[in-house]
Amino acid sequence: MDKKNVRGFLEFVYDFYKSMKAHEITLVYEGEITHQITKAFTSLTESNMAKEEESNSVQKKVFHVMVECLQNISKHADSFGSDDFLFAGRGIFMVSKGDSEYHVTTGNVIENSKIDELSKILDYINTLDKEGLKQLYKTQMREGRLSEKGGAGLGFIDIARKTGRKLEYHFLPIDEESHFFILTSTISRNE
Amino acid sequence: METIKIMGTDDTPTVILDAENEIYEISGRSLPEDVTAFYDPILGWLDEYASSPNKKTIFTFKLVYFNTASSKLLLDILMKLEQMHEAGNDILVRWYYPEDDEDMQEAGEEYADIVDVPFEQVGYTLS
Repeated sequence: MDKKNVRGFLEFVYDFYKSMKAHEITLVYEGEITHQITKAFTSLTESNMAKEEESNSVQKKVFHVMVECLQNISKHADSFGSDDFLFAGRGIFMVSKGDSEYHVTTGNVIENSKIDELSKILDYINTLDKEGLKQLYKTQMREGRLSEKGGAGLGFIDIARKTGRKLEYHFLPIDEESHFFILTSTISRNE
Repeated sequence: METIKIMGTDDTPTVILDAENEIYEISGRSLPEDVTAFYDPILGWLDEYASSPNKKTIFTFKLVYFNTASSKLLLDILMKLEQMHEAGNDILVRWYYPEDDEDMQEAGEEYADIVDVPFEQVGYTLS
């Protein structure tokens, strides 16, 4: 890097740092989500929460949501762009911590053909109350088969149940074939 | 019958299936990398056990955490126990949950609703 580029890069690093601080992000990752990554992130967050004496119930909720979000990416994220730039099973994963809540955010590429089905599931989950979610979870456990990737269609229902909130999601267009799917789950710190 | 003894790790539960000493237990945390591969031998063991079970079978679940993929496999185990119960065997499921963990207690209630098998909930305090 020449001097000008070095300076540009250093500014980027500092801006990135400031931006993370501003958004209270405690963990950010982009890349392939493997089982090892899932274990590392959950245990890191767990020990941080224990250090901060977060209540057991909040710790458990954050743990649940993190695991299901990470597994969603590893099982469902589509590849992006040309064949030499494979993005399957990859995505961005973030945890942020504010005064009153934790946010777990995931972002991954999804092919346009899958959007309808995914939004239908998410919207349906969002129409249900606590009891409805419980019934759906039970039905899905009984009837839903484990897909070849090991998903049972239960992750989103579990996130909605554990957070007690509607699933907050968006699709941002990337190109003609795919969108970027963003899901933010919020866990309240005061119960 | 062969005994299954799997020591728990931070992502897989401790499993003891010992017909001779009448211990049937799954405890700890369950989020295996490959749930099917982890639970297949357990389900296979239960199939074999079902052909000549002991007079009474008390199956213990003492989990502190399981992910949604595991929840489906736990139901498969419970359904095997249900079949054994329906075949006239004396089966009891004991579902242990930490006293302060409503979610784990509720998970037990949900399983008890789904499967038709004698089901006991036991709260305990983490020491």
